[in-house]
Amino acid sequence: MKEQQETANRPDNTAFTQQRLPAWQPMLSAGIVIPGFVIIGLAFIGIGIALFVTSQNIQVLERDYTGVENNSPCFKCSDPSTKNCVCKLDFSLDKLFEGPVFFYYGLSNYFQNYRKYGVSRDDRQLSGRLDNFQSPDEGCVPYQYDANNKPIVPCGSVANSLFNDTFKLYQIVNGARKLVPFDGKGIAWWTDHNVKYRNPSITPLKNAFNGTVKPTFWSKPAYELDPSDPANNGFVNQDFLVWMRRAALPDFRKLYRRITEGDYKNGLPAGNYSLEIAYNYPVLDFDGRKKVVFSNVSWMGGKNQFLGIAYLVIGSLCVVMSIVMLIVYAKFKFPDEE
Amino acid sequence: MYLSSVAVILCLFMKLGCLQLGGDERRVDSRTIYVGHRPCPATEAFIPPKFCDNRIVSSKYTVWNFLPKNLFEQFRRIANFYFLIIFLVQVIVDTPTSPVTSGLPLFFVITVTAIKQGYEDWLRHKADNEVNKYLVTVLENGQKIRTESEKIKVGDVVEVKEDETFPCDLILLQSSRDDDTCFVTTASLDGESNHKTHYTVPDTEKDLESLNATIECEQPQPDLYNNMLILKSLGPENLLLKGATLKNTQKICGVAVYTGMETKMALNYQGKSQKRSAVEKSINAFLLVYLCILVSKALVCTTLKYVWQSEPGQDEPWYNQKTQREKDTNLYLKMFTDFLSFMVLFNFIIPVSMYVTVEMQKFLGSFFITWDKDFFDPEIQEGALVNTSDLNEELGQVEYVFTDKTGTLTQNNMEFIECCIDGFQYKYRDAGSELDGFCVTDGPVKCIAPASEKEELFLRALCLCHTVQVKESPGPGQGQADGGFIASSPDEVALVKGAMRYGFTFLGLESKNMKILNRNNDVEMYELLHVLNFDPVRRRMSVIVRSKSGDTLLFCKGADSSIFPRVRPEEVDRIRMHVERNATEGYRTLCVAYKQLSAEEYAQADAGLREARLALQDREEKLMAVYNQVETGMSLIGATAVEDRLQEEAAETMEALQGAGMKVWVLTGDKMETAKSTCYACRLFQRNTELLELTVRTLEDGGRKREERLHELLLDYHKKAVQDAPPVKAGVTRSWSTANQDYGFIIDGATLSMVLNSSHDSNSSRYKSLFLQICQNCTAVLCCRMAPLQKAQIVKMVKNSKGGPITLSIGDGANDVSMILEAHVGIGIKGKEGRQAVRNSDYAIPKLKHLKKLLLAHGHLYYVRIAHLVQYFFYKNLCFILPQFLYQFFCGYSQQPLYDAAYLTMYNICFTSMPILAYSLLEQHICIEVLLDNATLYREIAKNAMLRWRPFFYWTVLGVFHGLLFFFGVRYLFSNPALQDNGQVFGNWSYGTIVFTVLVFTVTLKLALDTRHWTWINHFVIWGSLAFYVFFSFFWGGIIWPFLRQQRLYFVFANMLSSVSAWLVIILLILLSLLPDILLVVFRKPRGPNARQVGLTHSYPQTLRHSHGWTRHQTLSTALFSSLSLSLSLSLSLSLSLSLSLPLSLSLSLSLSLSLSPVSSSIPP
Repeated sequence: MKEQQETANRPDNTAFTQQRLPAWQPMLSAGIVIPGFVIIGLAFIGIGIALFVTSQNIQVLERDYTGVENNSPCFKCSDPSTKNCVCKLDFSLDKLFEGPVFFYYGLSNYFQNYRKYGVSRDDRQLSGRLDNFQSPDEGCVPYQYDANNKPIVPCGSVANSLFNDTFKLYQIVNGARKLVPFDGKGIAWWTDHNVKYRNPSITPLKNAFNGTVKPTFWSKPAYELDPSDPANNGFVNQDFLVWMRRAALPDFRKLYRRITEGDYKNGLPAGNYSLEIAYNYPVLDFDGRKKVVFSNVSWMGGKNQFLGIAYLVIGSLCVVMSIVMLIVYAKFKFPDEE
Repeated sequence: MYLSSVAVILCLFMKLGCLQLGGDERRVDSRTIYVGHRPCPATEAFIPPKFCDNRIVSSKYTVWNFLPKNLFEQFRRIANFYFLIIFLVQVIVDTPTSPVTSGLPLFFVITVTAIKQGYEDWLRHKADNEVNKYLVTVLENGQKIRTESEKIKVGDVVEVKEDETFPCDLILLQSSRDDDTCFVTTASLDGESNHKTHYTVPDTEKDLESLNATIECEQPQPDLYNNMLILKSLGPENLLLKGATLKNTQKICGVAVYTGMETKMALNYQGKSQKRSAVEKSINAFLLVYLCILVSKALVCTTLKYVWQSEPGQDEPWYNQKTQREKDTNLYLKMFTDFLSFMVLFNFIIPVSMYVTVEMQKFLGSFFITWDKDFFDPEIQEGALVNTSDLNEELGQVEYVFTDKTGTLTQNNMEFIECCIDGFQYKYRDAGSELDGFCVTDGPVKCIAPASEKEELFLRALCLCHTVQVKESPGPGQGQADGGFIASSPDEVALVKGAMRYGFTFLGLESKNMKILNRNNDVEMYELLHVLNFDPVRRRMSVIVRSKSGDTLLFCKGADSSIFPRVRPEEVDRIRMHVERNATEGYRTLCVAYKQLSAEEYAQADAGLREARLALQDREEKLMAVYNQVETGMSLIGATAVEDRLQEEAAETMEALQGAGMKVWVLTGDKMETAKSTCYACRLFQRNTELLELTVRTLEDGGRKREERLHELLLDYHKKAVQDAPPVKAGVTRSWSTANQDYGFIIDGATLSMVLNSSHDSNSSRYKSLFLQICQNCTAVLCCRMAPLQKAQIVKMVKNSKGGPITLSIGDGANDVSMILEAHVGIGIKGKEGRQAVRNSDYAIPKLKHLKKLLLAHGHLYYVRIAHLVQYFFYKNLCFILPQFLYQFFCGYSQQPLYDAAYLTMYNICFTSMPILAYSLLEQHICIEVLLDNATLYREIAKNAMLRWRPFFYWTVLGVFHGLLFFFGVRYLFSNPALQDNGQVFGNWSYGTIVFTVLVFTVTLKLALDTRHWTWINHFVIWGSLAFYVFFSFFWGGIIWPFLRQQRLYFVFANMLSSVSAWLVIILLILLSLLPDILLVVFRKPRGPNARQVGLTHSYPQTLRHSHGWTRHQTLSTALFSSLSLSLSLSLSLSLSLSLSLPLSLSLSLSLSLSLSPVSSSIPP
């Protein structure tokens, strides 16, 4: 009886309650840290070199075509009053631009990450829900309904401001212009194209848009974005999808086309080229800039010097620090070092 | 006829009382009770008075008011209110994040708290019901009626049987015992398990049915122990308290006087005032800083937004037109809502979850104290008790320890050592050759008759002059050698047992007759006439008895100081020497005196005592006056010496506390000599300690006025101890060094009150500061002859002194309660003097020796844990929100959140909360054995070392550094957003997700780096939360959530992982962020003579190393500040300008930190 009581009151003698759980007490001794730093440093230097070399090997061709300067080929188009303006941007390559070549357009001082802009969209509408065709989401204001109170589809600022400059690339071969075929597939995320954005399952697609109007800025309604290919029309149009994925920073580039076909499978051969630009997109009133970028990519993506250099710097930093530590340790000889 | 007349007398008594008071207005603070609801014929019209019913309501809420009341109470907390405001702003104003992000955590916190409080209240309801529905017997018109306890009304006559608890406060009218007494234990009220005797109202008629009486008594007062209520002719001995249990008595009848919430028990139910810990104050200070950061961030962003928008084209580009409503809004209103929006966006910098985590840490952490088997005392079968978990960390911050002597430093386990009768010393020898066990060791052995007579008188006095009860055991072996006696004070038992050893056995009290078995095995009977109870002011007690032969005798025992003036001086001289010698040996001495009362003397005393007991007002004072009058002209018989042995390991514990830098003050009611010897025995004073004495004795030495002398002595001691003392080097253990003179200070109660309440106001404050300075420079201070209130006064004085040191009081008795309540941390010892100290304490331990582990190990660990927890929480939220702030500069100050709402919400709740909670429960940066063996380690965290501004600054800088690194690292990666090998680009949510991933990993790994004690729980929780983050991100991005308006994160995480560049930047940034910390850990290594010395003397070199690593951390952190800030700016310039000359300058800063650290080792931590 007495023993029972004793066991009832006595605290449990377990490792946990007595704070005696077996524990690992990490000791960062010189023997671990210095080799560790050397190894990390060397690994980083290795990665850094690989990144740096890869980045160096990526070819990039960048051209601003905003047309601010008088001598710019697109200067005449920069006047907002001119309609359907086309300008030509000529350039030459003195060696093969290795393929596959990716063709980007870039915008500067353009705040796609503006909060009000970003929330001005209706993902339910874009996933093909017809309810939201007739009554778009509140967030779409001021592009929810037009002046006649008709719902705008696709609604919202993001969709409304779809980039609408178009490009055609010609190679000048013996004075003749040879169209370089663009591949417009695979420029948007696969999941966006196949899951997140859906057209309503109504054929023809046009009928789904009955009673709605196109966004005010658009020249043609959504169901005519690519009439030739139903898989690239409406909300699953890849240019539209690329635009709808908002850029993180005010200076950004977006993928426009890939050059993967025909004679240009291995890249753009040396020679003269002419880029025909249908100049529609106004950027000057907010002091924006437009550019085109040709680039090839590697395993690390597009050209980016930052990563390689950062790795090299940190790597060498680690190595230097391990050397410093070694000197310090040798000099001070920590007394209780086993 | 006789019976009814008695009733009338009682009734008249009442009336007399009323008449007496007739002059002044009728007292509102008294109540009249009609026994059995029968009006007293003598009083005017019977108006049944209204009293509350006997329902006990300890619950706070009812089903109906729970929600509003609980919510109101919760939102009275500043933090909850702040989050409510943020939530409301989010609901009302168009803000960047949905109200869910702050509403969900708030809802969670509020719900959890409400459930906890609701559950506690439900338990209280249940307990209340149990009490309220308890069946009791009420006598009504001669019939016994069983009814529920809650239906008892004031004035009801209640019958209680043995072992039942009293359902309300009762006046005892009738007992089944012959002697009109009953026995009661108050174990459930105050834990005292001894039987207390209560008496029926004297001379009441036995027939309760016909009893007509009124009782006038005070309005209820919560004081459980003092003169509980002034009843007409009734005293506390007639009152049976609700909650007490009837023992040894078949049944009693009593009239209910206080019911329900007006019972003493209910009035004492209120909790004591909340103590707040220093850590909480630090948290509030930090909170203020972060609030400032938050507001300034919002202000900066708002200002810049409008500056930026003033440029042409920026305010409203064509692609981002404003709605009509926005255009119409007033500019200033817009600015204001923008400001609010920024506030909401950055509000996560002040985390709700921190409060929850801190609370949880405290609550769960306190279990380790209760669980600790080292605190288990097999004797009382109990372990430690935690009454408040709010103060765990305060245990690691104690600077002053105030300890009681009796029962705390000493065992309060009294043993009769020797006595001195008429100048001869008698020592008890166990194996004595003499039959009676007496051995006269001093002076000539006289066995002549007078001496023997004196001896017998002395022993009879010991047998009679006490309030000891004999435990009634079923068997015939009454009064057996051990445990046969029950008394409120162990001294008394020791004395009675001492007398027993010399042949005089106290057999017990039977109907006011004390029976003694004398040496010749004859039973002597003495009629107990009066007991003049002991009180701490008089410091003595007396009994008046009448012997068989008809002599009326008064026996008195008490402290020498209170007896000597009351006996003949020539007797004193013979005994004083013995008393003083015994006192210096650390024994408790009592003097015994007696007086034979003549018939008139007795009659006079009897009348005086009775009158005083019946007095309505100033009863205490009147009684005291009579006592003093009666206890004069006695003759001294002898003195006793009782040993109170030191507690186990008392000296070791005190030494450890002093080694840990705590100042130990002994506050005792005992006399100076005894207390001093105890201090020597506990090694509080050592042989080379110079004692500075400031007592009545030293004051009277000079023969001058006390005030002058006090002034002189204070200045003198101040010069000695403060001015001449070399400047204190905190790093050096003062008590161990021989170079410095140690001082001990002794003051007694009378002098203290002179110091504190000096007649001149100017002097008073000066004396006080002088006194305080002297005390603070002494290693130990002894305050003797202290009244309980003075103890609290001293604690308060030290508590409020400069620097606000953390004080701890430890005691075991009712007289320590005041100082336990006053100190920052109150510790009760589960001793022999009842449970009052334990009930009022914050922590209770069975023995003094447990204090060492409680402070040095538990306190130290709790402090380190919670300090780290707090700093870490601020840090992790700073580097969480900083990138979001920086992002505003890149998104046109549009309040665009960088992270998805799910991440914003879950960051503090799920991803980073568990590792720090596990850390704050399990961390042992130094293992417990080392902490116990090296008391000096305690000094390293003294004065809130880990929560002062410097460590806070370090963490803040670290947070800023990490935040900058996360944001700009990813920013430069995104200079080309084509990060996938298929040329596709990443958008803003990818950006945020990369930053967030780096953040979660860095913050968790930073904690991993700080963890010195990896149990499987730490492993599980740290790697588990990282895995959970990855899993959650996949899950959250893997499904189109129908309830979301925007599928922002759909496949963002998966796509991020498919990019090699994203992987590389994540690894790079994590490593770079942790680099300063890794270096810090490496350079924390011990160096210098100090570490070496301890390392040599100690057998735990491994653990010690990181124990001293801790010191190093303190000192090195200063050194590394420079290098850290350097490397911060360096890494910034690194990421910004990618300068390659970096390694050089960084190695420079590194060597700087190295050259600094040896220097800093001489600087005290």
